[in-house]
Amino acid sequence: MIYKTALLIGALITAPFLGGLLMGLDRILTARLQSRIGPPLLQPFYDLIKLLRKEKMVVNVWQAFCVNCYVAAASISVGLFILGSDLLLILFIQAVGAIFLVVGALTSTSPYSQVGAHRELLQILSYEPLLILAIIGIYLETGSFKIEAVLDWEQPLLMRLPFLFLVTGYALLVKLRKSPVDLSTSHHAHQELVKGLTTDYSGPYLALIELGHWYEVVLFLGFCSLFWATSWIGMLIVALGLFLAEILVDNTTARLTWRWMLGSTWGLGLTLSLINLIWLFLRR
Amino acid sequence: MGIFKNITEISRMKSPWLLHFDCGSCNGCDIEVLACLTPVYDVERFGIIHVGNPKHADLLLVTGTVNHRNKKVLVNLHQQMPEPKIVVAIGACGLSGGIFREAYNVVGGVDQVIPVHVYVPGCPPKPEAIIDGVVLALKEFEAKNEKYGQGARGKRREANKEQEKS
Repeated sequence: MIYKTALLIGALITAPFLGGLLMGLDRILTARLQSRIGPPLLQPFYDLIKLLRKEKMVVNVWQAFCVNCYVAAASISVGLFILGSDLLLILFIQAVGAIFLVVGALTSTSPYSQVGAHRELLQILSYEPLLILAIIGIYLETGSFKIEAVLDWEQPLLMRLPFLFLVTGYALLVKLRKSPVDLSTSHHAHQELVKGLTTDYSGPYLALIELGHWYEVVLFLGFCSLFWATSWIGMLIVALGLFLAEILVDNTTARLTWRWMLGSTWGLGLTLSLINLIWLFLRR
Repeated sequence: MGIFKNITEISRMKSPWLLHFDCGSCNGCDIEVLACLTPVYDVERFGIIHVGNPKHADLLLVTGTVNHRNKKVLVNLHQQMPEPKIVVAIGACGLSGGIFREAYNVVGGVDQVIPVHVYVPGCPPKPEAIIDGVVLALKEFEAKNEKYGQGARGKRREANKEQEKS
């Protein structure tokens, strides 16, 4: 019990640090790919502290409420993940947080915020089915939805779920809002959208959104690392490799329309997942 | 609380997000402002991000002459920025109205409408001069930190102190 509590508190404290460092790495690598020098590694932390200490300004009280719910859901899902809980439960709690973020943006009347919120809903609609199918694949292989069961499995899941791993990588791209699917908001503001989802958030509330995003990055990279859960080094290589691949894709592609996003995630993603699932089912 | 104040101050200096507003300039200054973002100058080295949103911005860069039509927009943008905020006026037109100063529709410099902290002269100023102006503006955050750095509790404490004195 004490061990588990310590693990939980440790994870809740280290996850944002890890997420912030990953974001810093992202910004440096992006700058280098554009032949710039880029900001220091700790830049995301400077941004976060600065935002936290700015004046509090809200459009309405529901914004503040929704942001707090988002951060709470993101951190709870990270906590459940480190305790080796049920994968479906984690995914649903995370989804509740994602919906709160959308609701918060919808409470403001700004058209940028509204368009961003609608696009974020489409993004959620794109990646959630893929992740659920990936979890079903893990269930078909290990016979359990529990992370503990995945960690106990003798053989890397990647061998049996290669297509599902690809699809999860794609879902991660949508979740991290990287180009070509950075539709709802992104770190590089686009003219027609300004900042989309986060347009009407400012100061400490924007900082909380950033914090929640760091939790989610760690959670999703953790989920991807389960595909090589037989060794710690394997988990690290899979997670970091996937993250670097996402940065590369982000910098080499242009943004596409939401129709393309829905078409590719549902068309290609669902087909690949189903092929993998049917193959798994026949092998049993 | 000294250490927290220090960290806040360092973070503010290292992460100024700027908003650029063109009050109808000839685009000369705007092109120079945007040139700062190119790989040649790369202001993201200093944590500067060009945000198109007043609610995220710390610095307001204003170019061009302020006229009676767009002064309302400028004031609105300035009001939407959360404290602490700094205004930098860029170019001859932003400073005083430039060659349009005598025109019937021109108010004059940016400082006629909103408080300006740093003036960057030139027609147009070089990107180096603009970066220099922004760095100078960052020093203003130190002064602002005294006022806004401590949050509501600090302000209340200061108000109490003043009451005790009087």
